[in-house]
This record gives sequence, C-alpha cells and structure tokens, in this order.
Amino acid sequence: MTQVPISWFLTLSAVLFVLGVAGFIFRRSIITMFMSVELMLNAVNLSFITFSYQLKQVHGHLFVFFVMVVAAAEAAVGLAIIVDVFKNRGTLNIDEVNTMKN
Amino acid sequence: MQLWLIPILPLAGFTINGLFGRRFPKAVINLVAIGSVVLSFAWALKTLLALGTLNTAYTEHYFTWIQSGTFTVGCDMSIDRLTAIMLMIVTGIGSLIHIYSIGYMAHEGGYYRFFAYLNLFMFFMLTLVLAANYLLLFVGWEGVGLCSYLLIGFYFDKKFATDAGNKAFIVNRIGDFGFSLAMFLIVRQFGTLDFGTVFSKAPGASEATLTTIGLLLLLGATGKSAQIPLYTWLPDAMAGPTPVSALIHAATMVTAGVYMTARSWVIFTHAPVAMDTIAVIGIATAFFAATIGLVQNDIKKVFAYSTISQLGYMFVGVGVGAFSAGIYHLMTHAFFKALLFLGSGSVIHALSGEQDMRHMGGLRKNIPWTCWTMFCASLAIAGFPFTSGFLSKDAILLAANHHAPWIYWIGVITAGMTAFYVFRAFFLTFFGDYRGHEHHPHEAPPVMLAPLVILAILSLAGGYLFKIPEFLGELFPTVKEIPEDFGLMAIASAAGLFGIFLAWLMYVAKPAIPDTIASSLRGLYTFVYNKYFVDEVYDATIVKPVIGGSRLLLWRGIDAGIIDGIVNGVGSRARGVGEALRRLQSGNSRSYATWVAFGAVLAIVALGVAEGLTR
Repeated sequence: MTQVPISWFLTLSAVLFVLGVAGFIFRRSIITMFMSVELMLNAVNLSFITFSYQLKQVHGHLFVFFVMVVAAAEAAVGLAIIVDVFKNRGTLNIDEVNTMKN
Repeated sequence: MQLWLIPILPLAGFTINGLFGRRFPKAVINLVAIGSVVLSFAWALKTLLALGTLNTAYTEHYFTWIQSGTFTVGCDMSIDRLTAIMLMIVTGIGSLIHIYSIGYMAHEGGYYRFFAYLNLFMFFMLTLVLAANYLLLFVGWEGVGLCSYLLIGFYFDKKFATDAGNKAFIVNRIGDFGFSLAMFLIVRQFGTLDFGTVFSKAPGASEATLTTIGLLLLLGATGKSAQIPLYTWLPDAMAGPTPVSALIHAATMVTAGVYMTARSWVIFTHAPVAMDTIAVIGIATAFFAATIGLVQNDIKKVFAYSTISQLGYMFVGVGVGAFSAGIYHLMTHAFFKALLFLGSGSVIHALSGEQDMRHMGGLRKNIPWTCWTMFCASLAIAGFPFTSGFLSKDAILLAANHHAPWIYWIGVITAGMTAFYVFRAFFLTFFGDYRGHEHHPHEAPPVMLAPLVILAILSLAGGYLFKIPEFLGELFPTVKEIPEDFGLMAIASAAGLFGIFLAWLMYVAKPAIPDTIASSLRGLYTFVYNKYFVDEVYDATIVKPVIGGSRLLLWRGIDAGIIDGIVNGVGSRARGVGEALRRLQSGNSRSYATWVAFGAVLAIVALGVAEGLTR
C-alpha cells in the first residue's frame, strides 16, 4: 500500500494554520477568534504528529498531549472571560473591547 | 625613639582646634596650638640629644604603605644631620611664630581656624623633613602647599587673597608635575623611592638619566622655592597674615626646594649639567628679584622679593656643590627673614594695617623694640661683617667663586642691592618724618616682642652658635674644601656696606635723590616697578590661552558638544523611538495579532535567508 506523502500532511497543517491566522485577524466576534486560535493549535499538533511519525520518535506525541491539555485549560479560562466580557459590555465585537488603549 | 610623635603632635593640635576650636575660648586654643608645637620641638630636641652624633642616618619603619610586585613604599621616617637642622628650624621658629601669632591675630576673625591651619602646616612640614623616601616627602610637599593655599586665602572675603591662594596653588602644580615625573623616573631606574637605596645605586646610573631626574626635581624645587620661572606666586602670597608670610613663605616651606635638592645631592653631583642649571637659575633669580625689591613700596613686597632673592643664593650654594653652605644660608635666612617679616608685622600692627612705606617714617620713637630688632635682621641680611648672614652668604660666595667667578661677581652686586633695599625699607619705616594717618602708633605686646628679641639674637649670633658647614661636612663627603679668602670676603662685605650707605644717603640724608633718579630714568623705573611685566607676560602667553582653550575646546567643544551631546542625544533618540513605537500600542487585539503574524513571517524568512547563506 502506498503511503500518503508527508508533504500532504504538512500542507494541510499549513493551510489550517493560515486559516486560523486569517480567522483571528479578520473576524470580529471573540468566539470566532477563539475558535481560530484552537484551529491554529491543532494545525501545529498535526505537524508535530507528522514529524513524530516520520522521525519515529515519541517527543512529538508528548508535545501534542501537552498542547491539548493547555488548550483545554485555556478553553475553560477563555470561555469564562468571554462570558464575563459579554455580561459587562453586552457585545462580543472585538473592536469595541479596546479600553487598554491610551 | 618614636619619631612619629614629632609630626603627630601638631596634627593632634590641628584636629582638636579644627573640630572644637569654634567653641573654645582663646586661652584654650592658644594652649592646644602652641602646646602641641612646643611639645613637638621638645620631643625633637630630646630625640636629637638621645641620638648623639648622628654620624649615620637613624631610620624607623612603621608600616608598608604601598606594595605592588617588587615595588614597596614604606611609611619610614629617618633622621640624619640634615634632617636634624631642618627639624630644629621648623619646630623652633615655628614655635616662636606661633607665640607671636597670639598677639598678632588677637583682633582677627577666624582665630581657631588660623591656628588649626598653622598646626596642620607644621605636621606636613615635619613629615616632609622626616620622610625617608621620595613619596612620603611628596606627601609633606603637597600638604604644605595645601596649607600655604589655605593660609594665603585666609581672608577669604577678599578677592585678591583668594586669587593669590589660587595662583600659589596652581603655579606649584607645574613644579609638582616635574617632581612627579622625577619620581616615576627614579622608580623606573632604581625600582624604589627609598632615599638610602636610591642614593647608593645612583652612581651606577647613566649621566643622561640622572640629569633628566635632576632637572625634573629642579622644576619641582623652582615651584616650591619660588625660583625663575615659577617665582611669581610668592609676592602675591603676601596677601596672607604676616606670621604666615614669616613661617611659610620665608623660613620653612619655601626652603623645602633647597632641602630636597640638598637631600638628593648624590643624584646632582653625578649630573653636572643639572648642577650648573641650578646655579644659573639661582643667581639669575637672586639678581632679578633683588632689582625688583629695590623699588617696591609695600613693606611686605620688599621682603617677599628679598626672600626670592635669598632663596636664589641658597640655590647658588647648592648648585656650585656647596650643599652645606646652602643649608647654612637656609638656616640664617630663616632667622633673619622670619624676624624681618615678624617685625614688619609688628609695624603693620602698630599702624592698624598700613603696609605702604610711603605712609610710614619716624617710627623708631614709637616702636623702639621693633625698630632695633629689625635693625639686627637688616644687618644680618645685608651681610654686615660678623653677623650670621655674613657668614653664610660668604660661604656661598666663596664656593661660587671657586666654581665660576662670574657667579661670584653677580652675587656681590646682588649683595649690594640686598643691603640697599633692606635698609631703604628700614629707613623709610623708622627714620625721617611720619607720613601716615594712624595717630597713635603703638608698640606690640610682649608676646610679640619676645620672639622678635630671640630671633634678633639668632640673626646676629646664630651663625656662630650653629656651625652648619662643620656639622654637615661628613654628610657631603665629595665637596671640596674651599680655602678662606679674605680679599673676596672683604669685597662682598664692602658691597653690603656700600648698599647700606647708599640707602642712608638717599632716604635719610638727602631724601630728594630717589625722586630725581626715578624721574630721570622714568622708563626703566616703571619697567622694574612693574616687576618687568612678567606677570603680564605669563598672563598673555600662558594663562589667557589656557583659559581660552578650556572655554572653547574643553568646555564648549568637548564637554558641551561631545559629552553632553552624547548624553542628550541618547535621551532624545530614545524618546523619538518611543514616539514611533507608541503607535503600535493601539489597544486593538487584531492589530496585535497582525503584528505577531507579520513578525513570525519575518522571522521565518530571516531564518531561511540565514540558512541559505550558511549553506
């Protein structure tokens, strides 16, 4: 059976990452931006796994688990923050959440 | 033997009076200041008696001051016969002048300050003469310079006094620069600064090196001892109180250069060029200072130029190889010049501050003690036969004649001028009619007169009481025995007597003569009266360019331009960068994200390029 080439996985990872970046930059909803971050994390996870598989090493797997754990923790904290922002501001538009300016 | 006690006692006096003197009554200040100096004198005397004949130097080592590799400098003090003489002069005359100052300074402000400085001076001067290496000597050397500066500027609310202090200090820096270089050369050549070691190794060194060292030491000596070309500070130093002029600027500090030169005699005897330079500088200074002294009107200025001139004689003595004669004259000069200054102080005191001799006259009836003690000093400095000044000046002149007759003849002319200007001052002050404004010139209190009387006795007889040439004979073994020559002695004495007679003729018998001469030689008179415009020449050629250069180049150029420019430039550049970066902090998270992404791309591209370059 012929294997799927490594480059395909990496290309997919890159495409997903760029999508995540684009989503983070161009969307205004905080929720969407948050999901874009998750998308970037998982794109990176995919590259880790790919290289781990190719190099026959377990380090990449370990990193992926760490990233997952951090992402889960971050999701819990991040969603809590988003809920709080919405409660206080009544909006999820990122352009209106800019009081750190000045 | 506890040599350290000799300088430490005045230091203790300085500390006590300096710290607490403001609250002390005058009696306590007197007790501390004079007690410490008299104790120091007593201890020096006791030490000298205990040491006996002093055929070899007696040295005490206290601690190692500087150690660097094989080079060490110890805090060592040592006494030989030369030191013994200096010790006696410094502590003895120092004590007398301290006592005199009680009376002189009685009505002056800053009483405790004056005595504290005077004690500090004694400490440094004693360190200077007791030091057993060049560096410790240099400590004393600089210290007396500091005290000189402090005491010249004692009346610090008067601009001319502080200016004079600055001048003395700065001119001395030039000399000290030469002294420092000489010490560096000595360390380089001999690896030590210790007198004993340096002098035992000196005969082995090359003549060129020794000449360089000698000339640099001489530069130091010309600064401290007010010789050409660095003498200009001493006349201005008369701005200080008169006891200071007597102690520091006549009897002790200004002779430090002569002492140092005599101390380094081994170096100089192996450097004939340096020796000749000393003799020429000495005789030139003696002559020129004497000519200026002829026409001064301020009584202290006359004696100031006289001091410069007499120091020139001492340098002649040292320069022609008659070290003991130089030291002999140093001692007798300390007696009679201290007396002349103290006497003029008494005159100034009597006239409530008047220093201009044109406003004196006829004072011998009002202040007889001052008059007749000063008469003794004037006889001594004029070289009147069988006074102490006659003996020492003759010793120098005989040695000068042995070395080079032309020095002798200029010395004789100078001796005549010396006698003239001293007796001119004496007659103007004490004879003729009173021309002043103070209505009741009063004699000084006994506390001022007692030192005058003691010094008067020493001025007349000191040369017999302390036979320096015989005492120092073994210390300077290479010096040739010079036969007595009564003919030459008679010529020198005759010059002195002629000077006295001329002064009597012009200022007592026919007082109209001086004005006639002055007006017939108007140009020359003005030229000499203004001290050959040397101050003006120095001002134009050295002081002005240095100040101008400092302003333009060092201040406006380097300090304000480069150093301030760098500091201010860094500040304003940081502010500019911050101004530009401020725009990034928009508070818009999406723009932050854009920057992060942009930065990441940039990093990747940079890494790629770097990878490509290294491949």
